[in-house]
Amino acid sequence: MSIPAIEAGRLSVSYGGRRVLDQVSFAIPPGSFVAVLGGNGAGKTSLFRAILGLATPEQGYVRVEGQSFGKGRMPVGYMPQMRRMVAGQLSGWHMVAAALHGRTWGLPWCSASARAEVNAALDAVDAQELAMRPVMSLSGGERQRLLLAQALLDQPRILLLDEPLASLDPARMRETTRRIYDLAHARGLTVLFSTHDINPLMGFMDHVLYLAHGKALLGSVDEVMTTPALSALYGAPVEVVRVDGRLFVVADGGADTLHCCDCAEHTR
Amino acid sequence: MFAYEFMRTAFIAAFLAAFVCGPVGWFLVLRGQSFASHALSHVGFAGAGAALLWGQPALLGFGLSAVVSGMGMGMASDRVIGRDVMIGLVLSLAMGIGALCLHFLTRSAGAATALLFGDILGIAPSSLYWLGALAIGCVTCLGVMSRPLLFASLQPDVAEAKGLNLRLLDVLFLALVGIATAMCSQITGVLLVFTLMVAPAAASLRLGFGPMPGMVVSSTLALCEAWGGLCLSWFSDCPASFWIALLGSVVFAAANVVAHLRGR
Repeated sequence: MSIPAIEAGRLSVSYGGRRVLDQVSFAIPPGSFVAVLGGNGAGKTSLFRAILGLATPEQGYVRVEGQSFGKGRMPVGYMPQMRRMVAGQLSGWHMVAAALHGRTWGLPWCSASARAEVNAALDAVDAQELAMRPVMSLSGGERQRLLLAQALLDQPRILLLDEPLASLDPARMRETTRRIYDLAHARGLTVLFSTHDINPLMGFMDHVLYLAHGKALLGSVDEVMTTPALSALYGAPVEVVRVDGRLFVVADGGADTLHCCDCAEHTR
Repeated sequence: MFAYEFMRTAFIAAFLAAFVCGPVGWFLVLRGQSFASHALSHVGFAGAGAALLWGQPALLGFGLSAVVSGMGMGMASDRVIGRDVMIGLVLSLAMGIGALCLHFLTRSAGAATALLFGDILGIAPSSLYWLGALAIGCVTCLGVMSRPLLFASLQPDVAEAKGLNLRLLDVLFLALVGIATAMCSQITGVLLVFTLMVAPAAASLRLGFGPMPGMVVSSTLALCEAWGGLCLSWFSDCPASFWIALLGSVVFAAANVVAHLRGR
């Protein structure tokens, strides 16, 4: 049996005094494409921070490829949410290049090999042209492509993508997901892809990691997105409803929609 | 003009200040911390006043208080953001303390004017050694830390994930800003530090230069403003600080026009 790409054992993590992950255990097979689902505050970003070594577990462990790497040493490419990106007036190329040699001391001067590596990452996401423009002139989707290029530097074996579809329109969501899937498939990468909306990922993902009330459930779409499975996860009766190909997760009595997912058939 | 020693000293001091203000200001603007230089100059004013009162050089008091305050600002960065009332009160208090110290000096009026609006023509030749040492030390430190600082400035989340200590970088950088502010205040005075530190850097960024060329252009523009201000002051009999402030605004406005014409 192969070593899991990411493994958590009885992992507990708190954020702002609240326990967002409570004794969570799962093992993600290498090379799989995993949608990390959950509402606001469900612990998606906290899980990523724990994997990256930025949040210290109160309990339990999280391992990457069977090891506990030091902070910043693991073979993981990380694409954060865009909220703290401040490279307004510099070009996208410089923003990506800054990530390449940002861990070493010295002047921000790029050698020929460093330039080639940055260009290769930009080529991989088809962003050479837009990388020449100032970041502040780019749309949300274009910035996401630059962040993805940055995450591909240093040849990672695992990608952690935090809300890469945020602020994109539905057509762009599907296009971005396909781009990421193709890249991951070609390079044999393991991908954790956090999102509120499962729709653009249908047909691409191998597994769903659903987070709710501090708990986690990992499995295929058919295993996880069911009334019994999610009721057990939430610890309260919820109902999974399909309406015109769309999937809704509804609280007991139908008063609140906990989560909605469009389950229309898609092909890769 | 160059027959007078005080003019030669002024030109060398302006060169040293521009040499430091270019790269430091470039990072300040990039990180959105432009007002840090303004704040540190206010705190430095109190330190300079206290140093003069105790018979020490104003540059020493200014530099020490600005560096210590910069480091404190870096350590408390999360708690300072959004507290504009508290920041305003602290800055006002610093100016008040500076005014109190100067009140007890017999030559208070001249000292206050020099500190607030600069006295580049009054810089002693012996001060150039200090300014030179500070300039070389400051730029060397910034050069060594510029790769991680650039990474942390552009993508703090990813930089943290890659193992960078964001707080340490913030503290070290703001300490360098304290030194640069102290040097700059010798040229422009406390109230006009912004013109030499921020205006050239903002113009350089607006013109779309990358990090290395951007810092060089920022320094060059700062030097042009400082030397241009000195020359204009010589021929017009108006204060150099006024001309430097005016040139800073003109350069920034021109950079905006050029950027607009280039469609940036």
